[in-house]
Amino acid sequence: MPDLKAELKRWQEGTLRRTLERSPERSPGFSTDSGIEVKALYTPLDAPADDYAERIGFPGEYPYTRGVYPSMYRGQLWTMRQYAGFGTAEETNRRFRYLLERGSTGLSIAFDLPTQLGLDSDDPLAEGAVGRVGVAVDTLADMETIFQGIPLDKVSTSMTINATAPILLAMYIAVGEGQGVPQTKLTGTTQNDILKEFIARGTYIFPPEPSLKLALDIVQYCFAQVPRWNTMNIAGYHIREAGADAIQELAFTLADAITYIERARERGLAVDEFAPRLSYSLGCFRDLFEEVAKYRASRRLFARIMKERFGAKDPRSYLFRTFSGSCGSTLVSQQPLNNIVRVAMHALMGVLGGHQAIHTACWDEGFAIPSESAAQIALRTQQILAHESGVANTIDPLAGSYYVESLTNEIETRAQDYLDRIDAMGGMLKAIDSGFISREIQESSIRYQKQVDSGEKVIVGLNRFQEQEDAGQSSAMELFQVDPEVEARQRDTLSAVRAGRNQASVDRVLAQLGEVIERNENVMPVVIEAVKAYASVGEITAVMRRAWGEYRSPVYI
Amino acid sequence: MEAKGERRIRVLLAKVGLDGHDRGIRTVARYLADAGMEVIFTGLRSTPEQVVEAALQEDVQVVGLSFLAGDHMTLAPKVIEGLKRHGLAPVIVLGGVIPQGDVPALERTGATRVFLPGTPPEQIVQFIRSTLQQN
Repeated sequence: MPDLKAELKRWQEGTLRRTLERSPERSPGFSTDSGIEVKALYTPLDAPADDYAERIGFPGEYPYTRGVYPSMYRGQLWTMRQYAGFGTAEETNRRFRYLLERGSTGLSIAFDLPTQLGLDSDDPLAEGAVGRVGVAVDTLADMETIFQGIPLDKVSTSMTINATAPILLAMYIAVGEGQGVPQTKLTGTTQNDILKEFIARGTYIFPPEPSLKLALDIVQYCFAQVPRWNTMNIAGYHIREAGADAIQELAFTLADAITYIERARERGLAVDEFAPRLSYSLGCFRDLFEEVAKYRASRRLFARIMKERFGAKDPRSYLFRTFSGSCGSTLVSQQPLNNIVRVAMHALMGVLGGHQAIHTACWDEGFAIPSESAAQIALRTQQILAHESGVANTIDPLAGSYYVESLTNEIETRAQDYLDRIDAMGGMLKAIDSGFISREIQESSIRYQKQVDSGEKVIVGLNRFQEQEDAGQSSAMELFQVDPEVEARQRDTLSAVRAGRNQASVDRVLAQLGEVIERNENVMPVVIEAVKAYASVGEITAVMRRAWGEYRSPVYI
Repeated sequence: MEAKGERRIRVLLAKVGLDGHDRGIRTVARYLADAGMEVIFTGLRSTPEQVVEAALQEDVQVVGLSFLAGDHMTLAPKVIEGLKRHGLAPVIVLGGVIPQGDVPALERTGATRVFLPGTPPEQIVQFIRSTLQQN
């Protein structure tokens, strides 16, 4: 083959130019959703083959660009993990059974905001929010109802819970014990990623330091007692949803991870003891190739950090295992059925990106908690991809695409630049504290919005191809409504539990919790005792609030 | 554009309730500020009482609230009633994830305008300007 560089130049200045002189490209420039310039054509010059061993390699081997496991989806398909949880414990239990009967292979619980923020359903601040965005859990009794008839040694459960994660995990352990399932057999995940709450999701309670302590208490407790539990799901998803671009999403997720790992080591845990139980989550946004490249870059960059920065020896510590899902912000209320197509693209990115678990959004979730039929379509979308499309039949099928390999390298380099800047600031806590992270995200978010305003970024149905009669949503759409009585019923349940429990033992164990906090010991064992005595989420959190206070975030516009 | 010497439009933005999704309201804040308005954002988890108090103290012409957790029917009326009780009658704009079906009830309560998902932020800027000019 003649010199490729010369050949490319010949093509650009000859064949291509002649065409462009007659009919120019449809845009003055092309870029990815995150602003990486996209060329007309990629060749081996952009992804040299001599990089193969160092940068690409083989699945299940360092640097894991091609996948964390050797056989990937040829061995086992990804977990189709649908997010559910609404209203009362009874309703959530029914939805879980519905999903399990239809072939869902993992459960994922959404909790309502009072539960996430350590407030009981009868707290005045909880008014209007009970059972809204997830299920309300006040005491162990609610958790027992949620998992009634669902043996905890047969399912894996992912809990989207952060500030109050120790309490909800304690309840899960207690439910298992009640079913005769020992802690050692429980599998699942607590999100338990408090740092991203300070930069993206807003569901923090305590100041950063005690918040980090609680997160690490779970890591330490589970290492010894619940060895199969994924103690943290370090989430980029929410960072993306807050307006970050793909590079920031990846960089800030890794910066959070680095902080947790450093803290765990300060507690005397060896990196190989806990790193294998950390998992990650990234969003599925809009730009197919950029997202796939992001997932591939994330595995490689993470493996390098674990090996070179932390000196991990156990290969399991190198694995960037991911649960990923549709970014809800990409869904559009106008002509909402189009969202089914968007979600299919999300699932495709996820599969081509090699995730361990994938969540697909429901087309109607921009308006309400998804209806049953919308939830079924979301799950079926994954099943169609898995069983009809053939995309799961070979590993990392986009590898070797000059474009995708080049994008993978570019995203890795840009994310590494951010990590270097954060290190230079003295680490992620300082970067958060100074407002740097919030400002970077805010700037990306505004940039994106301006591109939507100008029409440079097209959103079908919103700024192009609108329908005149479309007034936001169809009146014929059947929306699932949260029963307005939920709040009253939940308060009644809580009163009944309070009336039936032994108040003296509740008081005793809450006092013990206060002492444990005072001595700066791990709170998990005493929190487990507290939930078993049917102390409520609000009562347990109140003890912590008294000790640590509440955090008020500075406001950046 | 505002005439010389005219007071800048003062806008209070707030997240009431427990929801932490503030991307939308911060975007609106930026657009309003870029349009020359004075923007006060009370931050996350403000109570209705805090919003009313801030509206009093800051002497604002506009109050904007953003809801993404389905609690708008409970919380928006509390803020609106509180403002009325104190004799305040600002322009009240709501946004976030609010189903169309809830709009008439919110407007009856006293919301000047409810912006549905997908509204270009510039439209909110224009609405505030034109409403204040009419008054």
